[in-house]
Amino acid sequence: MVRKTHVATTINGEPVEFLCEARQSLLEVLRETLGLTGSKEGCNNGNCGACTVLLDGQPVDSCLVLAVEVEGAQITTIEGLSKDSRLHPIQQCFLEDAALQCGICTPGFIMSAKALLDRDPNPSEHAIRFQLAGNLCRCTGYDKIIRAVQDSAKRMAGQNK
Amino acid sequence: MVYIPSQWRDLTGAVDRLELPGRNLREISRALEARFPGIAERLVEGDAIAAGLAASIDGAIASRGMYSPVGPTSEVHFLPAIGGG
Amino acid sequence: MTPKSERKKYKVIGTRPIRHDGADKVTGRAVYGADLRLAGIVHGKILRSPHAHAKVKSIDTSAAEKHPGVLAVVTRADMPNLKNKIADLGEGSVNLAHLGANVLAHDKVLYKGHAVAALAAVNPHVAEEALKLIKVDYEVLPSVTWVMDAMQDDAPLLHNDVFTKSMGKRASKPSNVPTHIHFEKGNIEEGFQAADVIVEREFKTASVHQGYIEPHVSTALWNQDGHVTVWTSTQGAFTARAQTAELLQIPVSQVTVVPCEIGGGFGGKIAVYLEPVAALLSRKCGRPVKMVMTREDVFEGTGPTPGSFMRVKLGATKDGKLVAGEAWLAYDAGAFPGGVIGPGAMCVFSCYELPHAKVDGYDVLDNKPKTQAYRAPGATQAAFACETVIDELAEKLKIDPLEFRLKNAAKEGTRRVDGPVYPRVGLVETLEAAKNSPHWKSKLEGKHRGRGIASGYWFNIGLKSSVAANVNNDGTVSLIEGSTDIGGTRTSIAMQFAETLGITAEAVHPRVGDTDSVGYTDVTGGSRTTFATGLAAHEVALDIQRQMRERAAILWECEASQVQVEDGAYCHKDKKLTFAELAGQLGHTGGPVVGRATVSPEGASNGFGTHLVDVEVDPDTAKVTILRYTAIQDAGRAIHPSYVEGQMQGGAVQGIGWALNEEYVYSDQGRMENASYLDYRMPTALDVPAIETIIVEVPNPAHPYGVRGVGETPIVAPPAAIANAIYAATGVRMTELPMSPPRLWAAMSTGKKS
Repeated sequence: MVRKTHVATTINGEPVEFLCEARQSLLEVLRETLGLTGSKEGCNNGNCGACTVLLDGQPVDSCLVLAVEVEGAQITTIEGLSKDSRLHPIQQCFLEDAALQCGICTPGFIMSAKALLDRDPNPSEHAIRFQLAGNLCRCTGYDKIIRAVQDSAKRMAGQNK
Repeated sequence: MVYIPSQWRDLTGAVDRLELPGRNLREISRALEARFPGIAERLVEGDAIAAGLAASIDGAIASRGMYSPVGPTSEVHFLPAIGGG
Repeated sequence: MTPKSERKKYKVIGTRPIRHDGADKVTGRAVYGADLRLAGIVHGKILRSPHAHAKVKSIDTSAAEKHPGVLAVVTRADMPNLKNKIADLGEGSVNLAHLGANVLAHDKVLYKGHAVAALAAVNPHVAEEALKLIKVDYEVLPSVTWVMDAMQDDAPLLHNDVFTKSMGKRASKPSNVPTHIHFEKGNIEEGFQAADVIVEREFKTASVHQGYIEPHVSTALWNQDGHVTVWTSTQGAFTARAQTAELLQIPVSQVTVVPCEIGGGFGGKIAVYLEPVAALLSRKCGRPVKMVMTREDVFEGTGPTPGSFMRVKLGATKDGKLVAGEAWLAYDAGAFPGGVIGPGAMCVFSCYELPHAKVDGYDVLDNKPKTQAYRAPGATQAAFACETVIDELAEKLKIDPLEFRLKNAAKEGTRRVDGPVYPRVGLVETLEAAKNSPHWKSKLEGKHRGRGIASGYWFNIGLKSSVAANVNNDGTVSLIEGSTDIGGTRTSIAMQFAETLGITAEAVHPRVGDTDSVGYTDVTGGSRTTFATGLAAHEVALDIQRQMRERAAILWECEASQVQVEDGAYCHKDKKLTFAELAGQLGHTGGPVVGRATVSPEGASNGFGTHLVDVEVDPDTAKVTILRYTAIQDAGRAIHPSYVEGQMQGGAVQGIGWALNEEYVYSDQGRMENASYLDYRMPTALDVPAIETIIVEVPNPAHPYGVRGVGETPIVAPPAAIANAIYAATGVRMTELPMSPPRLWAAMSTGKKS
């Protein structure tokens, strides 16, 4: 048996403890150990962004983060985005703007978009495309995703007034 | 009117189309074979249209195999079968 | 365009409701294949060939079997002996010996990445460690990965039991060319004699991958009662069942396929890879076995679309009428026969009225993964060639390229080169919409910039679909359909059902059934799902409506024929019940109402599109930037316009990637050298602009709402449109895909002007 390491962290606002092997990625622990399968694996080498989560507020490819590294960190995954019975405005706008087809890349896009809008509430189209360039989508051609993020910015601005 | 694929014209003496009696593809294929022996071996496998081939009747790909109905003025073509992505 | 009055007659069709599976997909709750969790699940991995072509002399698995944590190992020895039996898989037929040898190599490996052995272990890490303990003794053979090399007489022969077939006629000598297709129309010599201008060019395209973000994944449980359940990511649960059962040589009734949510397919998730292997491992270890491919496995072991060599010659009179066309196409099939040369040959001239034509097409084996369908399979390569030559002809004739296309466009009554005559089709309408578009009317200014246009065509196929529906007593309906939903078809099918029944889209709860829960349904592919499964849903709605009238007649003590349906409500004289009110009374009028329909429709029709693109070419680096892009397509009738636009945009961007970046790069030893997303380099959000869309609606007479399939056509035109734009910008005719900076730079530097 490989000896496991104890890790204490916060995921979606809740304290979580887990045991992991040194070789396990955060993505593997989220999906396999903790059952948080909303973060997807498309490449396991940081190329596709389907596993994007927020680590202390920054978007990261969770497949490139070792699970042992998240001791004491604050992690937000797609499962932590909606509050109560309502979808987050980004989630709602992705639905209203038909910004997903197969949906496998969607959680990663939504997390990357959230990181952007948290930092820049009114991004230009270029800024959105730049931010999302680390997330691959093969279905939509990106157009409706960009519109959804633009609409999310407007809606979130409206809610913050 | 039954159109003969160019690759079968070695059997038909260059005949490229002809009127044949038949209410369905089975009867058409029998009539073809009677007229040009050897065609059925290319067209039919067991009781079905050969793998990789399809029949177009009046512009639509036939969905009932050898039972597909053929009208008196129908136009029949034999084509490579296609699928899609 | 649809007149407003016609639009008005629909309440649901043409609106944009939120998809029924939407909340699950934006919250991460939707269960894709890799998300499946079962008690006792173990993990399988596949050992793949490091060689492009080799004899497998022996496989020694003894050390792997002894490795702690390993539960089962399988090789070719565990596969049933499959004869050269041809199995009908609905969408097409397949030689089982070939399919089986692709799933686990038999006497030879035929491409780098070819599966050789598999094992299951307690976790994926242990499985990977143990793979290294399997010893395979290979005798390396010469390999070939370029289609023209593979056609030579002295090329390495992949199979000694493959003979060229020409429409059923079999050659006597084994060959790397399984299929030769030949079409003739009119008299080609006469045709070219009548031409005032003739353009002939040769084209090459590289293999590209479908690129779906979700890797292939399957979980199988061979239960102790002998029943096999497979949870998988597939475009067709029933075809996955048929392939799995045939490969394992067990009855289909012994296999249940549960289609999980699918993370993209584009034609690449029709053939099985993992399903039978996971089942064999499960039989050995008695536990559910999950297998997930790595991204490298996906590139190296699953279906690219063919690389091709093409020669296209077209002639026209000086007044701009096409008179003759000739095409010679060779597409690679990869390691096993059955590439997509058939549709390629049928599509090469499908946009034009050509009185005289000749087409030769060759399916060619080489040491690449078995090619699979990719969105309009075979059509994109052919359109790249044809539409580039069309552009050059128009230039030589000094005719606007759009007008030249309009003058020669295929329309109702045009006889295709492969024989059949088109019914009502919408190519002319897409060209007219292009002509009237803001994009075409805009002025493109600036150096190194150019505008291109191209049209594209793809068939719609019909095949078989089943739908069932249960009326709930609150007036909603549960709809169970057999088509896996890759991009919103649950909703586009439910909308047609709702329209016919006169209820809202939200009152329908669509579900994709497993192979034991719904009638046989063919793959989600061939641009058929919204057309054919939508047609089935319409027929189910009529079935339910008929039964609801009978129930109303019981309540009102009249004949069912006296019950009228108005706006979804049931009426007789002054009595009226809404669908929901009547649904609430089913319990005491005879019990539940269940509807069902199966269809196998003909006349699935034809999809045409025209694309416009503006590019800028960097004169120093030859990098091409897409400045503006407009996709125009005949959708017949857009059920959910956002989804139609989404198909057009997604297909266009896949086509942009094919045009500018994507390719399988092979080493001299036949190994793919760029098997990662980073090196393969699909378009990102930053690489493309907004994709403007114009939906044209020329209703399909063979569908009650006029639907034409829209999924595939959008990928066909982009490479040609971009090549034509690059020519306008640089004066260089690009005849090779991808038109990546190194290739374009070389062409620009040698001043390869036409």
